[in-house]
Amino acid sequence: MFRNQYDNDISTWSPQGRLHQIEYALEAVKQGSASVGLRSNTHVVLLALKRSSGELASHQQKLFRIDNHMGIAIAGLVSDARVLSNFMRTECMKSKMMYDRPMPGSRLVSLIGDKAQVNTQNYGRRPYGVGLLVASYDDETGPHLYECLPNANCLEYYAVSIGAKSQSAKTYLEKFAKDYGETDVDALIMHGLHALRETLQQDKELNLKNCSIGVVGKGQDWDVIEGDRLKAYLEQLETGAATTETGAAATTAGDLPQGEAMDTE
Amino acid sequence: MDHFPTNWGNPRAENVDSYNTYPVASHIGTVPHSVQQIAGYGHTNGHPTSHTQSPVVTGTSVLGLKFKGGVIMAADNLASYGSLARFRDVERLHQVADFTVLGASGDMSDYQYVKNLIDSQMIKEYNADDGHTLATPNIYEYLWRVMYNRRSKMNPLWNTFVLGGVHKGERFLGAIDLKGTPYQAASIATGFGSHLAQPILRKELETLGGEDQISEEQAVKIMKKCMMVLFYRDARSMNKFQLAKITEEGVTISEPMSVETEWGFAENIRGYGA
Repeated sequence: MFRNQYDNDISTWSPQGRLHQIEYALEAVKQGSASVGLRSNTHVVLLALKRSSGELASHQQKLFRIDNHMGIAIAGLVSDARVLSNFMRTECMKSKMMYDRPMPGSRLVSLIGDKAQVNTQNYGRRPYGVGLLVASYDDETGPHLYECLPNANCLEYYAVSIGAKSQSAKTYLEKFAKDYGETDVDALIMHGLHALRETLQQDKELNLKNCSIGVVGKGQDWDVIEGDRLKAYLEQLETGAATTETGAAATTAGDLPQGEAMDTE
Repeated sequence: MDHFPTNWGNPRAENVDSYNTYPVASHIGTVPHSVQQIAGYGHTNGHPTSHTQSPVVTGTSVLGLKFKGGVIMAADNLASYGSLARFRDVERLHQVADFTVLGASGDMSDYQYVKNLIDSQMIKEYNADDGHTLATPNIYEYLWRVMYNRRSKMNPLWNTFVLGGVHKGERFLGAIDLKGTPYQAASIATGFGSHLAQPILRKELETLGGEDQISEEQAVKIMKKCMMVLFYRDARSMNKFQLAKITEEGVTISEPMSVETEWGFAENIRGYGA
């Protein structure tokens, strides 16, 4: 009956030194559709694949605005994500109210880390079942991209992906990792779309309904790209007429060093 | 269980407050009669809980002026107890950050409290060690929130604060009073100074052509002149004051200094001395 003696509650170690409930929470993130994030020296782009439960259903929102300078993409339990985004919005408002200053991304991410950590150490609680990609632009320190997971790991990245088949997206992102720094926003988005496309199930493709793009950066408030603007990017993706940077990089991709696969240890 | 000691019944021996609960305000009307007899006790006996009605140990005016490339502030070193010149070595200009100075008039204990609050904030910020710091406008907003919050509790911090600084090449000079009213200008004077020094500061600004035309030397001269006028006419002032200068280079708060005064005329004024 019991497959595992040590996975019944959050605060019991297995003899192998693992906390199984936390690892299950990380699995919940992998059940969600993929989200991709990447960063240049001036901007951060988040992309997400939206699911719908059927022909007659709407698509689940995947990108959330936190403040003018910050947005998140999620993978996993949406209801948990809404709790966290509500918390993040409140913290941003508090920062504006108390100090007349946009909430620094790094600080907000540590706050989320603290919240998530409590849920991994107290009996009777459960970890969040959602992973977040946080994109923020601070006047002082520039653009930042963070990943926050249920195990309370919060790390900063040049490019990441979370959710179902996110490893495929990571493989793409690692392949072109050298390009992102000096890239303009359009090329960054195209890289993101290519990465996101890797996470699709067979015989599915990106379209206006199942795809979201969010941008934030220097002189650019958080902006979700949809409708005609999204269409333009998708058409560009379809025709394969990738931006010059992408094209140039593609030819030399073989020469680039392959990065280690990023796991969530 | 009733957790309010005042409702526990008869005190041990004395018919006064032997549970040491005074002056805790009672939450329920059933307070022992012996306790109600204590004057000013809590909500009973017709006495409301009282908050600060007036400041106790006070500092007088603080001055601030923008000049070309920075901000200059001035305050004397006196903390009065009523009309008694009680403490003569109080520093009322406090450097709170690399480019920010806080000046305080009004209740000196409330000032110490606020100084402590802001210093705590700065330490918190320093400990985060993430490249972000509170700049002058951020500290000003925080100070404003603190002051307005306290007035909303009907328990104000009895001060007028002046905050001066430089941030991203912009000079900052603002005041906040005990009601949480924020006010920014090229020249600021609190307390008696708003009557005696502010007209001088505004006149200087006008005749010299605005804050961008006043040199540092001129600013120092203007400040000293204002402090002199205040010493002559403000009976709660003292001829020992400090100047704080905030520029792109940072903050310098001077040693206490004084100005030359001439009291010969006093002989001719009846009741002034002779």
